[in-house]
Amino acid sequence: MTSTQAVAAPPLPPAAPRRHESSASWRLTDRLGLAFAWFLGVLFCAITAAIVLYLFVQGIRYLRPSLLVTNPTAGFSENQTGGFFDPLMDTVVIAVMSMAIAVPLGVAIAVWLSEFGRPAALARVVESTVEMLAGTPSILLALFGTLLFEAPWLGFLSRTSGTVVFGRSFFAAAAMLSLLALPLVVTSVREGLQAIPSHVREASYAVGKTKATTTRRVLLPAARPSVMTGSMLGLGRVIGDTAIVVLLLGNTVTNDPSGSAPILSLLRGTGSTLTSYVYYNAPTGDGDQPGKAYAAAFVLLLLVLALNLGVDIVGRRGRDLRWSS
Amino acid sequence: MEFLTPPPIRRLSGTESEVSKPTWRDAMGRSNGNGASNGNGNGASNGNGAGNANGNGNHGSMFTATRPRVAPATIAIDRMQVEALSVDYGRKRAVDSVSFPIKQGEVLALIGPSGCGKTTLLRSLNRLTELTKTASSEGRITLDGVDIATIEPTALRRRVTMVFQQPNPFPMSVFDNVAYVLREQASRRPKKRVLQGAVEEALARAGLLEEVRDDLDHAALRLSGGQQQRLCIARALVANPEVLLLDEPCSALDPRSTQVIEDLIVKLREDVAVVIVTHNLQQAFRVADYVAFMYLGELVEYASAPQLFSAPREQRTKDYVSGAFG
Repeated sequence: MTSTQAVAAPPLPPAAPRRHESSASWRLTDRLGLAFAWFLGVLFCAITAAIVLYLFVQGIRYLRPSLLVTNPTAGFSENQTGGFFDPLMDTVVIAVMSMAIAVPLGVAIAVWLSEFGRPAALARVVESTVEMLAGTPSILLALFGTLLFEAPWLGFLSRTSGTVVFGRSFFAAAAMLSLLALPLVVTSVREGLQAIPSHVREASYAVGKTKATTTRRVLLPAARPSVMTGSMLGLGRVIGDTAIVVLLLGNTVTNDPSGSAPILSLLRGTGSTLTSYVYYNAPTGDGDQPGKAYAAAFVLLLLVLALNLGVDIVGRRGRDLRWSS
Repeated sequence: MEFLTPPPIRRLSGTESEVSKPTWRDAMGRSNGNGASNGNGNGASNGNGAGNANGNGNHGSMFTATRPRVAPATIAIDRMQVEALSVDYGRKRAVDSVSFPIKQGEVLALIGPSGCGKTTLLRSLNRLTELTKTASSEGRITLDGVDIATIEPTALRRRVTMVFQQPNPFPMSVFDNVAYVLREQASRRPKKRVLQGAVEEALARAGLLEEVRDDLDHAALRLSGGQQQRLCIARALVANPEVLLLDEPCSALDPRSTQVIEDLIVKLREDVAVVIVTHNLQQAFRVADYVAFMYLGELVEYASAPQLFSAPREQRTKDYVSGAFG
């Protein structure tokens, strides 16, 4: 047997220049369709831009730095009614609490659905439950929440007087708001897990790892961008919701703690968020302080825009580290 | 016309070499008495080569290049025996009563058209088929004389590791990709410096260490496709397995990376029994010592690579390697 030198592989051919297909050769109806699609796309952008621009103009007109650090007070004119420090802080508190419930629960449900899902019948039920939850108007969840949290055995989560449970607190609102975020987390994480090629799972099994190990050390890290995306989408939903806050957070313009324990008293008490503040101060609301409403709405808009930007960045970062398929 | 010279067939005893057309069942029989037959094969192979030159010797003219590879390995240690293995997916039979040996020191290539059961067969060797719910199997596979059905799957899969068609590094650093295998299930212990030696050795065996030495903490998914695949090989080698299974390891790679990996496969066969599934006949020709041709779940022919490519015994093999179908 003669052993010869390995033959070098041929060099790569130069890449061909890419050309764009022109629609000039298309049929008239196809070209009209394309033009219509373009028009709708531009129109959609214009409408969104108009909303954002309008709120920007109004917001900048009414927003003063002092509004961010002062609390609402009673008064007759906009000069007297103070700012929205409490609603702003409560928005953050509510968001953190809701996500603390929704993310672990959502990830767990998504992992179970995507990786285990036995028995299949139960998986189907869970799946449609999550879908149903996604389509449930938040006012229904809020209404259900008022029933649930007025139950005597949940009295420790809100204000009580004698045997009467008030049923409105940060706990109640956060629990119901987390149900709004949950489907978004589940859907996103599930899609993330399903996008992982099966051979990646098998590669982990093929070096002697169990399914649990594979899920924890390979699949969840791989799905991290999806977890982030889902969380941010959910967060956007949570800070944007009004119905649950109005019904379950008590909608008191400032925080009204219950009890004397340092943090617990706040969380058992009532308050308001930016959305309920806007709701209250809108021209049609009880407060009727449009300037304040615009300023708060502007802050809310900035929060949501920042979140969307975050979703975009996270999604982009996850995209370049993928397996070829 | 220069014919390729077959490597010494080490398992042939003197008398058996007289049989001009041994069947794969003979190969099975011979391998059972393996210990005694090591090392007495060189003469026998010459006889076999002469046998190739007559009869259907002109066949397989597309494989006349001298095989660009190092000399045949000098050892052949029995690692696995596949005995009358059948695998079904539901009612569909994917592998039908297949038997052959797998030896350290040799590269065994499984060839055949799509859907012929070669990947299923490969996945049976580390019980990955069990992950498919509808799959069921009969027959016996032994690893070093022990039925693999009696071995814990996670333990078996550390001894019979696998590299897949698509490079699939885990979403962690280059170092952790390899260290992951050595660590106890999901734990992050032992710590990095304890594993450093073993990880670097595995990367070196996979021919990747020089390229990644300074980037061990970088994300493995940032490596090129060929590097990723060698990382997967390093990952498969780090636990010192007895058998390395390769499922079309080069089909997603460019020719240069393919060549690097083929060279690597030939180098590795002395330390580990290598089984490679390939669609690519030329690749089987370049890397394999033995070739098993499968068709519709059946093992049609099991023979040394030179013989199977230049003088196949079965008509179906002949048609397949000459490109008549597939």
